[in-house]
Amino acid sequence: MKLTIGLVTSPGTSRANKTGDWRVRRPVFLHKTCTGCLLCQLCCPEGVVYGEAKTFDCDFDYCKGCGICAQVCPVHDIEMELEGE
Amino acid sequence: MVVLSQKSASLLHMEVLEGSRAVAEVVKRCRPHVISAYPITPQTHIVENLAQMVADGELASEFVNVESEHSAASVCLGAAATGARTYTATSSQGLALMSEVLYNIAGLRLPVVLTCANRTLSAPLSIWNDHQDSLMVRDAGVIQLFAEDCQEAADMHIQAYKLAEDHRVLLPVMVAMDGFILTHTFEPVTIPTQEEVDAFLPPYQPLHYLTPKAPLSMGTWCEPDKFLEVKYMMHQAMEVALTLIPQIAEDFRRHFGRYSGGLIEEYRMDDAQTAFVAMGSLVTTIKDTVDELREEGHRVGLVKIRAYRPFPTQAVARALEGVERVAVIEKAISIGGVGILAADIKSALYGRERPMVGTFIAGLGGRDVTKDSLRWIMERLEEGATLQEFVDLNLSLIGDDEG
Amino acid sequence: MKEILIYGRGGQGNVAAAEILATAAFEDGQFVQAFPAFGAERMGAPVRAFVRIHDQKIRTRSQVTNPDILIIQDETLLGNAKVMGSVKKEGVIIANSAKKAAELGLRDSATLWTVPARQIALEAIGTPIVNVVMLGAFCAVTGLVSLEAVKRCAMARFAGAVGEKNAQAAQQAYDWIKKERE
Repeated sequence: MKLTIGLVTSPGTSRANKTGDWRVRRPVFLHKTCTGCLLCQLCCPEGVVYGEAKTFDCDFDYCKGCGICAQVCPVHDIEMELEGE
Repeated sequence: MVVLSQKSASLLHMEVLEGSRAVAEVVKRCRPHVISAYPITPQTHIVENLAQMVADGELASEFVNVESEHSAASVCLGAAATGARTYTATSSQGLALMSEVLYNIAGLRLPVVLTCANRTLSAPLSIWNDHQDSLMVRDAGVIQLFAEDCQEAADMHIQAYKLAEDHRVLLPVMVAMDGFILTHTFEPVTIPTQEEVDAFLPPYQPLHYLTPKAPLSMGTWCEPDKFLEVKYMMHQAMEVALTLIPQIAEDFRRHFGRYSGGLIEEYRMDDAQTAFVAMGSLVTTIKDTVDELREEGHRVGLVKIRAYRPFPTQAVARALEGVERVAVIEKAISIGGVGILAADIKSALYGRERPMVGTFIAGLGGRDVTKDSLRWIMERLEEGATLQEFVDLNLSLIGDDEG
Repeated sequence: MKEILIYGRGGQGNVAAAEILATAAFEDGQFVQAFPAFGAERMGAPVRAFVRIHDQKIRTRSQVTNPDILIIQDETLLGNAKVMGSVKKEGVIIANSAKKAAELGLRDSATLWTVPARQIALEAIGTPIVNVVMLGAFCAVTGLVSLEAVKRCAMARFAGAVGEKNAQAAQQAYDWIKKERE
């Protein structure tokens, strides 16, 4: 990216910055007890959870593995797994 | 009786105005969208006049009253980021309070124009003139132009907008005019008409600006791998300003019939052996003194520094070529150092046939600099003074407890 | 170039007097400069204001320390030997005083003129503000600036009846000096 006068940038440039490699643990969507309440999607600070009831997944290019989705899931249908296991 | 039936041609289009009023009249004709300021002596008359013009419906600007100079500069920053032409003015502690924001305005490349009605900094509390305030923000990336008289101060503001808003520059411009000595003096000035200013200064066309219709980010976070380059770009813009300042002054002359701009002015330097170097209103008294000294047979001249940042290194070196002695008269002090302006002058001369350069601290905190002071400087210089000298220093004032 | 020092007390309109005198001289076709000795202005304290009048552009900006003409706005300031002595040898002092110049016995070389400006102001304006009155005397003594220009500029500076009364008072002071001269 070239530097502009006054360091002006268009919106959405953070897409170029893939943060998935920050992750230590990854969320695993079990799709067993999911009620489709959407809390995982609404609470994701990166906005990378997509899908609907029993098909939720996330974009691992950007998921930082914070674990909020697993924490808020009222039916414990998301587990955090160590990367590489 | 010396009453003339008709005014001489040079006085025809002039009127007697206070310096502050002259600046306000001209700023009004530059049509700023947003003005924000906080009162401080001796700048107050300028913005008082502008506020009156807005209240009277003569000027369609948004005048934002704020609670500090930090906020005044911040208002200008925000407004300029949305593509508005902005104006503020301050002095002394006010500029100190603005300094944080000035770095941001410059770094964001916003063409804010401001006036510094030069006043010293406390303590001790003093409302009087010297250049300590402008020189304090020397390194912020703010273009600094110093005015010699009220006409030049007024004219420089019109040129300042043209310079600041040029897409190759996009830096704030500060017009420095000596507090009281210019801001509170009544003298004849020519105020251009609105049509004349409009013909010279087109509406501001921002390169980037904030609008919900096309969102963008300004002044983003910058990591060490890019910061140096950003500062380099600012420095390059200053270099461009170095070539644009004389061009804009020429353009101004074509429109208005006066040359009041440029980087430096050489006065009677043709065969000069001795040169005074100074900035601001002191230059006028020096010119008269140079004339007197010339009549007495001294080969003496003056180099007036109009553009202090960007510093006209080449022009100064050329102007002082062949001169034997230089007296740099400083209206500011780098306590513990040797001469702020003198450092720039000496650096411009490095690697050349160098004259002796004497540094003379004068006029601090409003001390009057007279023709006698200037003659004393001339004498000291001829005696070979090269270190820092204090002009009109009264050692008898200093008490015994002085460490 | 003529250098003028106006010496008065804070609140007596010294700076306004400098402005009016400069504007009037400018209207007569001369180059001018007017400025106060910038201070922490307070009512009653001695205050100085300066005017320079010249037939070409004025450059020098240092304070006037050796005036050609000294205007004393307040009789109580006549005792300031330093200011009184600062006038050029061939210079002129114009003082607001009901006493005759000879009675004051202050100075040999400079011509000292007195004008009862306080009385004139009280009668014509109703307040003891003498700044424009003294300018009327200035015009009569020096001939450097026309009375008409001073009156015009005073009326431009002070709107309505105040301006007119001041102009009238300036005329009276002018006539008073002219009569003294006869």
